[in-house]
Amino acid sequence: MKVIISIFLAINIVSLSVFIQKKELMQSIERGKSVYDDFCIQCHLHNGKGVEGIYPPLANSDYLTKNIDKSIRAVKFGMKGPIVVNGIKYDNVMANQDLLNEEVADVMNYILHSWGNKSKEYITTKRVDSIRIK
Amino acid sequence: MTLKRFFFLCANIYLFSFSVFAQVENTPEIKTPIDVDYTLEKVVDSLIIPWSIEFITENDILVSEKQGKIYRIKKGIKQEVIGLPKDIYSRGQGGLLDIAISPNFAKENRIYFTTASNLEGENRVAGNTALYTAILEGNTLIDLQLLYKAIPNTRKGHHFGSRIVFDEKGYLYFSVGDRGERDINPQDITKDGGKIYRVHLDGKIPEDNPFISKPLAKKAVYSYGHRNPQGMVYHKENKEVWVHEHGPKGGDEINVIQKGKNYGWPKITYGKNYSGTTITNDTIHPNMEPPLYYWVPSIAPSGMAFSTSGRYPKWKGNLFVGSLKFQYVERIVLKDRKVVEREKIAVDIGRVRDIKESPDGFLYIAVEQKGIFKIIKK
Repeated sequence: MKVIISIFLAINIVSLSVFIQKKELMQSIERGKSVYDDFCIQCHLHNGKGVEGIYPPLANSDYLTKNIDKSIRAVKFGMKGPIVVNGIKYDNVMANQDLLNEEVADVMNYILHSWGNKSKEYITTKRVDSIRIK
Repeated sequence: MTLKRFFFLCANIYLFSFSVFAQVENTPEIKTPIDVDYTLEKVVDSLIIPWSIEFITENDILVSEKQGKIYRIKKGIKQEVIGLPKDIYSRGQGGLLDIAISPNFAKENRIYFTTASNLEGENRVAGNTALYTAILEGNTLIDLQLLYKAIPNTRKGHHFGSRIVFDEKGYLYFSVGDRGERDINPQDITKDGGKIYRVHLDGKIPEDNPFISKPLAKKAVYSYGHRNPQGMVYHKENKEVWVHEHGPKGGDEINVIQKGKNYGWPKITYGKNYSGTTITNDTIHPNMEPPLYYWVPSIAPSGMAFSTSGRYPKWKGNLFVGSLKFQYVERIVLKDRKVVEREKIAVDIGRVRDIKESPDGFLYIAVEQKGIFKIIKK
């Protein structure tokens, strides 16, 4: 009986923590949208599609899904030089926007869960803290 | 339903969807010349985001860098200027922005510059546009004074405006963008943002400014209803301040500034929201000034200069505007205050932030991640 109760409790705790994390993620995505609409939308556009050959897409971007940490670093510190996204070459500059680490996390969560992007990742401020400039 | 009515309905739906989803490119169509009769010589290297160029003489140049630096380049040797304000707010589009030397520089070595600033802000992530003046002694700023600070500080990262020009009567004009509050600031003369300002060289507000006697008005305001003006030039022949401003999606504008006038943002515009939805269907209004020219699609204009010298005979009198988005300089031919021809110069050079005519008549352009280039006719 004790075993059953503790299994029951454990399941509850796990699902509760999943629920809380889900809620935190939803809130982070919502805050991330306002960061996106302020700092990113001018180039990457409202649909995350960017401009082919100039501003790389964020929607369905193979580069983004394969390089989460590099993408966090780019948002946190800026980025330059050639990259290939969905088979197309980009060689442009993204300036450092001087966002706070929690804003970087929020906007990453927004990007990873918008326009058909379905990431399993939940980016925390702690993870952004740990990303260093190379 | 008769067939006729059905077609009428279809036509209406078609027209409606056209007005919602498509933006008609404005004329004249821009040309890309195949042969060019000029070269680009790099005169200053290793700059991250050079935001403005200013000439003391043709061999003595000031350049601002957005992240908070001013360089003085004398005969090709680049040195950093020290003594800048400590509260420069570098975030989003904000940072150290325009620089201009005083019309009386030869006598007093005075310069003016704009920054995004969090001066009276309680937290480091909020700011607004500030205008400073100081004396430049060698490579050091002394007697630093704040002449204007737009309020309130906001966390929004965009639309600081910040260009500075002078007329020959001793007035200084500068711009402040709408700071991302288009429905609050530009149409309200009691608030900063979305304005062109006019002050004396010592920062005092002229007695004949248009809103001087309006209660609660920001007395330094000279014109309003602007979005984000980042190109300004004084047209010496016409004695006019010319400004261009960034539109949203479409609707960048060229305006000639008149005292006390309303330039319409966001009540009239050729632009749309970034999502493609309509801001307004109105492009004219009896109390608002239509632009001299508008760009659809947006080129993201930055920097503005006339070629007044004889260095480029075919370009004399033309207007030059940098494009951040398309990474070229646009040469604009004007006739009777209408844009009759547009041509790309310095194609694919990079994100152009500023363009200036030097005292000896050459055009110089500031390009992000690259530096400063001089345009030389072959």
